[in-house]
Amino acid sequence: MASLLHQIQHQGVTINATLPLDSGQVLPSVTIAWQSYGALNADRSNAVLVCHALTGDQYVASDHPGTGKPGWWARMVGPGKPIDTDRFHVICANVLGSCMGTSGPATPDAATGAPLGMAFPVITITDMVRAQAMLLDHLGIARLHAVVGGSMGGMQTLAWAATYPERLASALVIASAARHSAQNIAFHEVGRQAIMADPDWQDGQYYGSARAPTKGLAVARMAAHITYLSEEGLTEKFGRRLQARDIKSFGFDADFQVESYLRHQGLAFTDRFDANAYLYITRAMDYFDLADPHDGRLAAAFAGARDVRFTLVSFDTDWLYPTSESRRVVQALQSVGAAASFVELSAPFGHDSFLLDVPALDRLVAGALGAGF
Amino acid sequence: MALRPDLAIIADAVPATSRVLDVGCGDGELMVALRGKDVDARGLEIDPANVTAAIARGQSVVQGDANQDLADYPDNAFDYAILSQTLQTTERPDRVVDELLRIAPRAFVSFPNFAHWRIRLALLWGGRMPVTRLLPVAWYETPNIHHVTVSDFRDLVRAKGIRVERVWHLSGDKPASDAAASWRAEHAIFLISR
Repeated sequence: MASLLHQIQHQGVTINATLPLDSGQVLPSVTIAWQSYGALNADRSNAVLVCHALTGDQYVASDHPGTGKPGWWARMVGPGKPIDTDRFHVICANVLGSCMGTSGPATPDAATGAPLGMAFPVITITDMVRAQAMLLDHLGIARLHAVVGGSMGGMQTLAWAATYPERLASALVIASAARHSAQNIAFHEVGRQAIMADPDWQDGQYYGSARAPTKGLAVARMAAHITYLSEEGLTEKFGRRLQARDIKSFGFDADFQVESYLRHQGLAFTDRFDANAYLYITRAMDYFDLADPHDGRLAAAFAGARDVRFTLVSFDTDWLYPTSESRRVVQALQSVGAAASFVELSAPFGHDSFLLDVPALDRLVAGALGAGF
Repeated sequence: MALRPDLAIIADAVPATSRVLDVGCGDGELMVALRGKDVDARGLEIDPANVTAAIARGQSVVQGDANQDLADYPDNAFDYAILSQTLQTTERPDRVVDELLRIAPRAFVSFPNFAHWRIRLALLWGGRMPVTRLLPVAWYETPNIHHVTVSDFRDLVRAKGIRVERVWHLSGDKPASDAAASWRAEHAIFLISR
């Protein structure tokens, strides 16, 4: 299926400038695929960068070209929506290391033309942000009205404020954190091992073959999907109900609805995502710790960002990126005197709440973006 | 909507372009009023619905509890700290006052005066905890766990060596005279400094 995925054409640009990476390696050039919505105003001051999450993509408010499904944040981005494309020029770029047109492990080696696979260098969240900055340079946008993101998108937003504080007026960070916890890393490692244990993974060089590690990738997605939901949410949605049967099979079919649901989620995911990209992006998230270059002092990461207006939002049922992690960021911001807003919203959907119908979030996003504009 | 009278007095007294922390800022009413004076106002508020409303109005507000979360602000981060009608709800009002004057050299503190004649009469004649316009909740469910009088507050700040720069007394929504304020003020606003 991966081969079909890589046949989709995306709008993008190849920038022939080197991209130095945190690992010490250098990308000789970088291709970035992106989408934009709404008009850029005359003084180029209304650009909003939306950063997507682990398995997201640049199609934030337009139909996914592979699955035909509506954009992943179409409820948030559009004319008259909280991120109002009648007012703002919204840009969303596929992250570095991903599989929707931006440079990643499926990118051909310049010398051989064969996909790089595991020869693609390991990247970080800040590397993703550097690539986005190169895109903005290419587009002639010096300064953003706002950077917005949920989950890994929130990590990029924080990395933007730490790396290019002069290039953004406000930062909106939803259901995210300034570091990956041991638990976060542990879940990712389960997913990666599922992929790498699949014999069809073939050390990452499966692109030309008829076999791709879809089973491993599906299991990785199943495990991750559980972490995106709350226990109450799962119980309410599935309980112990059986799937299309009245009695237990005493076998290992998907007896329970929740099993059937997860299997479907895992399989559907393999139609739209590349296993190697999943390895690289989860690794980038695991390496994320904004305090790391500052001897563990998170405030030092934001020393240059005191003029950025921050808004952080967490959800009470999100155990993957809990409120305590958002509070830690807020404390760091307050200690440098940055204008920070924070609220923990109540929503039943766990980590996925940031993508779902939470009216208070809509009001917050609209208010945070409207301030000072 | 007209500002609550104590907030109107504070809004008037805060100098233009100053940096202000509004502790217990509610939905950001005072912060919005200060916008016209180019004041850099930040808020701390415990109720998430209020925080959401304030952020939706474009204000910078952090959800938090004055009992613990003032510790997160550095010394002298603001010119003024504001605590309006919140002192009597805190666990240790004395420590909160210390925190206010650590975060800012000056603070506005407003509270309902528990020695107002109506309250005195209610206790004297009724023998029951008074339920009034400013203290509308019965004793068992009131958030006001540390009732305080104008004289109590003066004693506290005197014991701490805190200066009282200015005091406003209110009766109903109108200014009350300073004479016999202990009896006659329903509400007091203190501007204190270290």
